Amino acid sequence: MTIAVSTRPGRPAASDMVRRLPEILTIWVPLLLSAAHLIAFSLWTIWISFTPSTLVPVTGWVGLRNYSAVAASRNWQIALDNLLLFGSAFVLLSLATGLVLAILLDQRIRGENVLRSIFLYPLAVSFVVTGTVWSWLLNPGLGIQKLVHDLGWTSFRFDWLIDRDMAIWTIVIAAIWQSSGFAMALFLAGLRSVDADLIKAAQIDGAGPIRMYRRVILPTLWPITVTVIVIQLQFAISTFDLVRALTNGGPGIATQLPALVVYDLMFQRSLLGRGAAAAVLMLLILLAVLLPYAAWRYIQRRRAIHA
Amino acid sequence: MRERTFAPSRILIYLVVSLIAVAWLAPLAVVVLNSLRSNEEIAQGSMIGWPQHLAWSNYAAAWSGFCVAETCAGIRPYMLNSAIVTIPATIFSTLLGAVAGYAVTLWRFRGDSWIYGIVTLGIFLPQQMRLLPWTIVLRDTGLMNTLTGLVVIHTIQGLSFTTLFCRNYYVAIPPELIRAARIDGAGFFRIFWRIILPLSPPILVVTVIWQFTHIWNEFLYGVTFTTGQQQPVTAALIALSAAVADIPQHGVQSAAVMIAALPTLLIYLIGGKYFVRGLTAGAVK
Repeated sequence: MTIAVSTRPGRPAASDMVRRLPEILTIWVPLLLSAAHLIAFSLWTIWISFTPSTLVPVTGWVGLRNYSAVAASRNWQIALDNLLLFGSAFVLLSLATGLVLAILLDQRIRGENVLRSIFLYPLAVSFVVTGTVWSWLLNPGLGIQKLVHDLGWTSFRFDWLIDRDMAIWTIVIAAIWQSSGFAMALFLAGLRSVDADLIKAAQIDGAGPIRMYRRVILPTLWPITVTVIVIQLQFAISTFDLVRALTNGGPGIATQLPALVVYDLMFQRSLLGRGAAAAVLMLLILLAVLLPYAAWRYIQRRRAIHA
Repeated sequence: MRERTFAPSRILIYLVVSLIAVAWLAPLAVVVLNSLRSNEEIAQGSMIGWPQHLAWSNYAAAWSGFCVAETCAGIRPYMLNSAIVTIPATIFSTLLGAVAGYAVTLWRFRGDSWIYGIVTLGIFLPQQMRLLPWTIVLRDTGLMNTLTGLVVIHTIQGLSFTTLFCRNYYVAIPPELIRAARIDGAGFFRIFWRIILPLSPPILVVTVIWQFTHIWNEFLYGVTFTTGQQQPVTAALIALSAAVADIPQHGVQSAAVMIAALPTLLIYLIGGKYFVRGLTAGAVK
């Protein structure tokens, strides 16, 4: 303890405060702006969701009417169904793809750096670009189907983009291509940090590569897996740009997602109250994912301290 | 494991990895190839094909001649808009994040962990929760439909990320260093310039790359708060695809997509290592 240091007395004198004003302003202004806008904006949006606001924000109280209107709308119901399907399919498949890629890259292969860069580059590109490019590839009149037709196989069909039931899967494909590199990067870091003694001990016991992964290495990846799931779910819940560029919610409203419904209500139909209610519902879905995760992290950290 | 190098299983591994790599590169290859094919050539076949005559004119048209929403200046003005928004917002949010990270980690003041906790909540709060409030703020400050407005938004919102990145980095700096400097009479700013900043380049590179990529690729705020000639390039690309739907000009559109993606692709190629570090910064801690 360095008790002798008295540069920070308990109550600074007024002159000291003035002298330290630039410092206080530099610390507090950006932090307060950031923190205050988060709290104020959230509270304001929640408040608006309980008002009868349409074109402009107005005072008043309608209770949960905006929420029930959103929940009853076909648009929102389809968006929720889609989110459920898209979220689970995307998370599971990108997890699997990422894990397979990580295990393959972990085999001390040549050109690992180049391959890793290839699997990761989609993350650097905007969803607008990604969505546009995939809309070409998946467009039956322009992309893969057209190519196969031109090559002579005219009965080939790959028209998910314009198929009401399958269109949501085009978003899954593009999202996996875009983001499974992220899962790969985290898994690879995890694989590389497995205790070398553990591997050596298993080798001495005569474990082959498959048993080694199943029994020794993969079990250590659980914490990373949970983290990846949460981050990918968070991405799935707020997906907007990708759908906007790939299908724009269509055909019809077949690929509607919550973030598109919010935008539609707020800026296309000018139903501010309902749009805010939909945004709050999005936040609640997100919290349903994040709060258990935060609790889990908290428990883990306490265990680590006590261990 | 050396003797196993040519075992059949190794060949299988290489085969699988190469196939996936080809699939991952295919979309990029398609854009590059199409950007060099004439519109007629694409219209006759599919979007997937080798250029018969290299149509470099696509790039010229995409850059400065193509019509987006009734203005025929190509995507040059929108690229400029994106740069005008992205560069200052990246610099401001990074610098402020460094100061904030330093303050909450090493300078310490009353309530620092509380305010830090609230600021980092911004990483999770969906954009949709802030859309209406930002609309009101921009309207009332007269910044609606201006690039300055977007700079303000990205600077303030970026603080959530930059403060987190810098804080995670600064916790590794021994507090004794700061304490010793304070005994010598150094103040807040002096310690920041003389001690913290010289130690910071590794994290500042990560933060700059992350913020630049993030802000350049942002779409929702750009399309909501700006219109016409004020839009960033992501919003212009969407407007462009709507225009292309009427008159197919996929060669030019591919060139435009390529140009719009180039800045972040270049940053990724140059600073890929730091890019990955930024991606995993919050996740692994």
